[in-house]
Amino acid sequence: MPMSQLSPEDLLRNGMRVDGRRWNELRPIKMEVGVLDKADGSAYIEHGKNKILVAVYGPREAHPKHIALPDRATIKCRYHMAPFSVDERKPPAPSRREIEISKVIREALEPAILSEYYPRTSIDIFIEVLQSDGGSRCAGINGASLALADAGIPMRDLVAACAVGKIAGQLALDLSDVEDKLGEADMPVAYMPTYDSVTLLQMDGSFTHDEFMAGLELAVENCKRIYQMQKEALRRQYLEVGGEGASAGR
Amino acid sequence: MVAPLLVGRREIVVPGDLLAEGDLRPGDNVLREDNRIYALRVGLVDLEGGRVSVVPLKGCYFPRPGDLVIGRIVEAGLTGWEVDILAPYPALLPMSETYAKGQASKADLSAIFFTGDMVIAKVIAFDRTRDPLLTTKGPGLGKAFGNRVVRISPMKVPRLIGRKGSMITMLKRETGCRIIVGQNGVVLISGRDDRAERVAVEAIYRIEREAHTKGLTDGIEDMVRRELGR
Repeated sequence: MPMSQLSPEDLLRNGMRVDGRRWNELRPIKMEVGVLDKADGSAYIEHGKNKILVAVYGPREAHPKHIALPDRATIKCRYHMAPFSVDERKPPAPSRREIEISKVIREALEPAILSEYYPRTSIDIFIEVLQSDGGSRCAGINGASLALADAGIPMRDLVAACAVGKIAGQLALDLSDVEDKLGEADMPVAYMPTYDSVTLLQMDGSFTHDEFMAGLELAVENCKRIYQMQKEALRRQYLEVGGEGASAGR
Repeated sequence: MVAPLLVGRREIVVPGDLLAEGDLRPGDNVLREDNRIYALRVGLVDLEGGRVSVVPLKGCYFPRPGDLVIGRIVEAGLTGWEVDILAPYPALLPMSETYAKGQASKADLSAIFFTGDMVIAKVIAFDRTRDPLLTTKGPGLGKAFGNRVVRISPMKVPRLIGRKGSMITMLKRETGCRIIVGQNGVVLISGRDDRAERVAVEAIYRIEREAHTKGLTDGIEDMVRRELGR
């Protein structure tokens, strides 16, 4: 059945979602670090059908100079969807939605970055969504923390993010685009596991109080799983770089 | 009793990894929160004299007073030069910190260092509030010589120098080249012939690539000898 003819009830049949997942399952995730030569740090992440490239530059001289802060680094973040990332061509200029997402991603990452180590500089994050299928802000955050770590920027913790939502009256993890559009609620959560801190919490639609609490718990639990994947991806990259001698010592 | 490390020495850690709990003191690139020490950067764990630190694998050059750096003149101002030392901050080389004599004027400044010149300089002052200040007064400082300029990651500079300079001394001896290593990752090479220089460049890139492997100094020595047919 074409996606456009689905009704909200079709989203969950016999406990199965349209893509064959159960309510508490994440989509398959693939992470790669250090994919771009020219950027100081970079990452590529596939989260279901989302394909996202992240580049980080910095700390570098802040330009224009007036954006420099005397006591810490300025963090700039650009979330951008490629014109070909969605079904209908998206104009390349930043939309209202992209500007907002850039802001919330920046604010989700800021608590992790020790920006006070590099006063008067700027750290620039570029998140380019090559293909989008719902939950791209969360995947963008996951990719951006990897790219920041890859750039050697001091961070308290990696930030992991995932969303929970409600489809056909039932709580569901990690909504895809169609589930987001036909579902009743969507709640992206970004989380720093080491400090047990939530750095992003947004909500679209409505949850009851109990659903909200259960949803938050589910999101946090799965952020922890994503966090482990992130750590693995980083270690893998550097073990390859360092060769087998990397852990053998001098 | 000193609390043990929770991860192996020289193991790769990533930001947020818990390194130690208890008595150990925090060193570089770690954060202490409530008696726990966490890694701040991707790197290798090091424990020396009860201090836990992380030796970073990537990152930018951060100037420290006393560092020898090799930079490029960006602009001649009225009283000095702006120098690009590959740090997040532009460095300043004032006229008074060179051997230049006479009155300062823009024309005079260009006669000493021209935009695009490479200079070997020392960082004399730098803190959070001010841009790094350079000097070219001192032995071996001033306009850069050399036939080749190689740029490596500033995080790999300690490995290129080696313990007590073992690596760089060996490289200079075996290739017969003059090699100057800037803490900012810029390396100047000048040798008797093109071949020796090429081998030196190749060796430096290999040291950067394999910085974390064991017995690297011996490996490089063998490689240089083989390449130069000795």
